[in-house]
Amino acid sequence: MRRFTLISVPYIWLLALFLIPFVIVFKIALSDAAIARPPYLPLLEFSEGWAGIKAFFSELDFENFVWLTEDDLYWKAYLSSLKIALVSTLFTLLIGYPIAYGMARAPNEWRPTLLMLMILPFWTSFLIRVYAWMGILSTEGLLNQLLMGLGLITEPLMILNTNVAVYIGIVYTYLPFLVLPVYAALEKLDDSLLEAAEDLGCSRFSAFWLVTVPLSRSGILAGCFLVFIPVLGEFVIPSLLGGSGTLMIGKVLFEEFFSNRDWPVASAVAVILLLILIVPIVLFQMNQQKQQEAGK
Amino acid sequence: MFKNLMTWTATLALAAGMASADEVRVYNWSDYIDEELLAKFEAETGLKLIYDVFDSNELLETKMLAGGSGYDVVVPTGSFLQRQIQAGVFQPLQKDALANYGNVWNVIADRTARFDPENTYSINYMWGTTGLGTNTGKVKEVLGDDAPVDSLALVFDPANMEKLADCGVHFLDAPDEMIPAALTYLGLDPNTHDKADLEKAAGVLEAIRPYVLKFHSSEYINALANGDICVAVGWSGDVLQARDRAAEAENGVEIAYNPPKEGALMWFDQMAIPTDAPNPEGAHKFLNFMLDANNMAAASNYVYYANGNKASQEFLEADVIDDPAIYPPEAAMNNTYIKGPYPAKVQRVVTRLWTRVKSGV
Repeated sequence: MRRFTLISVPYIWLLALFLIPFVIVFKIALSDAAIARPPYLPLLEFSEGWAGIKAFFSELDFENFVWLTEDDLYWKAYLSSLKIALVSTLFTLLIGYPIAYGMARAPNEWRPTLLMLMILPFWTSFLIRVYAWMGILSTEGLLNQLLMGLGLITEPLMILNTNVAVYIGIVYTYLPFLVLPVYAALEKLDDSLLEAAEDLGCSRFSAFWLVTVPLSRSGILAGCFLVFIPVLGEFVIPSLLGGSGTLMIGKVLFEEFFSNRDWPVASAVAVILLLILIVPIVLFQMNQQKQQEAGK
Repeated sequence: MFKNLMTWTATLALAAGMASADEVRVYNWSDYIDEELLAKFEAETGLKLIYDVFDSNELLETKMLAGGSGYDVVVPTGSFLQRQIQAGVFQPLQKDALANYGNVWNVIADRTARFDPENTYSINYMWGTTGLGTNTGKVKEVLGDDAPVDSLALVFDPANMEKLADCGVHFLDAPDEMIPAALTYLGLDPNTHDKADLEKAAGVLEAIRPYVLKFHSSEYINALANGDICVAVGWSGDVLQARDRAAEAENGVEIAYNPPKEGALMWFDQMAIPTDAPNPEGAHKFLNFMLDANNMAAASNYVYYANGNKASQEFLEADVIDDPAIYPPEAAMNNTYIKGPYPAKVQRVVTRLWTRVKSGV
């Protein structure tokens, strides 16, 4: 019984914060847009009893999902989001891993300070930090002023409103999400293993490659998923830093919702996005499980 | 920018609180009021005023359609208002609660009746045209002295745009305004629902797309004022605000606004009260406050938009009432068009075309 109560807590959490909202969104995805409040039909009328409920279900259909296959905008946007998410995850890893490594190798008394520095940016709103990047990257911005001041370039670089700016914004924003789990994995690393590897003839680099990297694998995976999953549906960064040509599914969803006022199609886009995300989420779960089992 | 952020943070913090009877919540466009008026309203009525801002009709409409926004007064543009009235979002105004209603300017009220028959649900806040904002010096430098600054050819003719691209051109990110403008350029009906005509308009936009730096509906004010861009298709008052900011900064940037000679879109931002407003009584007090000739004049003097208040005109400063870009002479007033809302199917076509124009997909 006690065990059952313990297990039920996360399930109730999942039910209330994931399943119920999902069912609502799915229901809207099956309905039709209308000029009304809320802007879709049919609505579930319990007051009419069974007949009302039956009428409600008979009016639902998969029309909106069919629509998504008819216009190439949607799959192109999904693909482009996938690409942006993959590339930015890779860059975040390339930049984040050395940072985490440095933090883990730092003297013990420095570590809390370094960790603090990593978390410190979270004290400022994410939105303000992205706005700050607009100031840095614009043609008259700090970066261009600096580069031109140093005489490295003569014409200002056009970075803001391009995909480059989107990548910079994403990597910057999500870096701590990768650094922290990798750091956690590296911190636990037993130094004697590296010594043993070197005693057995490994160069420092191959010791790093053969010992450190595999042992931090769980941290790398956790960090990558924590970056990849939210970036796939990212909306704020591409709309503030990206140009009009930046195609991401988050922006398409926004357009469906706000410009077309077509909540049903917007919901269908969201449902598909979720289905695409289920794959990495399941992989992430399996990785976590493995890690837990290894921990035992 | 920083000021905007501050207001945003402040409003977010406030939005977290609960609505109460001595509060009025107003949701209006950004950079659209003299903030001293807000304090004045609080002092006069003893009500607490919570003033939030948005920069797109779409955002407002979605909040309205979702319901329970908590706002008492909102300010949608005419064509959006019309659809929202249809959706049952607004309550009829209690005109006997509006002592200053007599100040309304019939010239504008007649036009807004097209969206809101008999002005049952709304009162005009400000109105203006959509046109061309130019950095006069730079445009002359690029296109010569006879640059067509008052013609849509400036931004829709690829030959001009190719040259302008280097100094920067911003377009409004508003398909409901840009597509009608392209239709006007082609000599077609800006209100058309015909798919073939809409495609033609999109074709005009696609041809000049490579030369457009950004599609955005508020950034151009600063961009023009700082001299970052040399042309913006924008809203009259916003361009004039840019003109004044540049003048204040004394940065040598000179900005001009011209409604296109082919015909300018005339739009009306209308104050209305949502059906589920928590404090409709306070909302009427706010509307009555804004209908006051002095208050409305103060707002127009500050934001450089014309208003729909006849009585306010004697309190307007000369650089507002005498500026043909703000209060156009009659001939120019007649060279405008009004755009109605699109039906859902046409809206989808227009949005899709707009996405194609912007992202090439």
